[in-house]
Amino acid sequence: MSILQSIKNAVRSRSIHVSYIDVGSCNGCDIEVLACLAPRYDIEQYGIYVHNNPREADVLLVIGSVTPQWEDKLRNIWEKIPAPKAAIAIGNCPISGCVYARKGSLTTPPVKNYIPIAAEVPGCPPRPTEILSAILSVAPLIFKDYEEKQS
Amino acid sequence: MPERIIVPFGPQHPVLPEPIHIDLVLEDEKVVEAIPSIGYIHRGLEQLVQKREYPEFVYVAERICGICSFIHSLCYCQGIEKIMEIEVPDRARYLRTIWSEYSRLHSHLLWLGLFADSMGFENLFMRSWRLREKVLDVLEDTTGGRVIQGTCKVGGVRRDIGQEKLDEIHRGLESFEEECRDLGHVFLNDTTVKNRLRGLGVLSKAEAYDLGAVGPTARASGVEMDHRETGYAAYGDLGFKPVIETAGDCYARCAVRLREVHASIDLVRRAIEEMPEGPIDVKVRGTPEGEYFSRAEQPRGEVVYYLRGDGTKNLSRARIRTPTLTNIPSLVKMLPGVQLADVPVVVLSIDPCISCTER
Ligand code: SF4
Repeated sequence: MSILQSIKNAVRSRSIHVSYIDVGSCNGCDIEVLACLAPRYDIEQYGIYVHNNPREADVLLVIGSVTPQWEDKLRNIWEKIPAPKAAIAIGNCPISGCVYARKGSLTTPPVKNYIPIAAEVPGCPPRPTEILSAILSVAPLIFKDYEEKQS
Repeated sequence: MPERIIVPFGPQHPVLPEPIHIDLVLEDEKVVEAIPSIGYIHRGLEQLVQKREYPEFVYVAERICGICSFIHSLCYCQGIEKIMEIEVPDRARYLRTIWSEYSRLHSHLLWLGLFADSMGFENLFMRSWRLREKVLDVLEDTTGGRVIQGTCKVGGVRRDIGQEKLDEIHRGLESFEEECRDLGHVFLNDTTVKNRLRGLGVLSKAEAYDLGAVGPTARASGVEMDHRETGYAAYGDLGFKPVIETAGDCYARCAVRLREVHASIDLVRRAIEEMPEGPIDVKVRGTPEGEYFSRAEQPRGEVVYYLRGDGTKNLSRARIRTPTLTNIPSLVKMLPGVQLADVPVVVLSIDPCISCTER
């Protein structure tokens, strides 16, 4: 491993920037993601920062089953995120559509039809600890030795 | 005349977890016009009544909004019960009241945190959310879900709370109230917060009434309107006085919510003390036929469910009007004249819940 790569690994392991988007959810998962920021779960102690700015994000949390308005915007936001990047689907909504998945509703899940998803956290809504552990276990897999894996 | 520029605000914005898009027309730093556009998370849920059987739709109703989910299900069940002429047992009514008030506590504390965050007051955000976790603990202990409870059903409630647990909740309220008071003290008396909020985004009483504002937004402008006064669930037995402020600015809206936190604590306490014994549900037979307007007071204001059944297992129509939808015209009225930097604070002051609005 080159020195540059090992420096990058060290830096990336303690600085993960998270952005989240709501593409048609009930809010339940949104507030559980936000609850990770609260003192009890305190996401920042793991070196994870929630900025909600896709241009500086590493991890994108996708919440909600996709509604027609988001179909193109979701891809746009995904493209704005610089590589290396990972998307995590939070809740049943982006996986299956949850209770909305019936003919007649306007949602078109799953999210993985639109952007590549690295991990899925089922639950309606999942607990903040589950969201945290998903981010913590996916991040090293994607970001470690990223440049070397590419070449 | 300075040049006008248009700044898009949202749908993906750092302070708003939810997507709403507002085009702000600016003159220098000042907003002269705000043009909202909604529809980012319209999921077509009203249509789903025709696909889900009526007892099943409770789950969909709960998932219209994850913050006031219990009150959505309560309002829906109440409507069906009225159509089918079901008499809900007393204990179920009291339990529903307790959970409603806990939802309100959780929602108001969540809002106070987000509001502090929008002002850039990180410490206060942390404090509010730490208190909120206590509320969520009670909800989780009694219903099994932190955010989505799933305990309301047509004909009553699904779970009972044992006497021991009720006593424990009652004891816990004391220290909780104390902490809420401390929190409120910072919000209402801190000089920086006061300077930031006083006179910001003013909505007069006449405007609030004309634009159809509901909930804390209307009450902060002096409109006396709280649906709990009509006494659905157990509110009629417990007695209730709405909280009113008159200034109509962001500070007043904050004060209304803080005082409502105490009103909710009081209601829970009295509901526990007067909790009747008895069954928690009745058997439901048959299918709904008829129509009803069901109303309930959510943390954000009044929610209205219009339900129509035609004697089959599926309702033929549901129309859901949620509080944020009627508060958006007031928001559009508040924004002109505000500095760009204050826009997030003003937008948050109506406590927008976009999932509700767009259903
Ligand atoms: S998974 Fe459940 S809690 Fe999460 S957004 Fe969907 S319906 Fe809401």
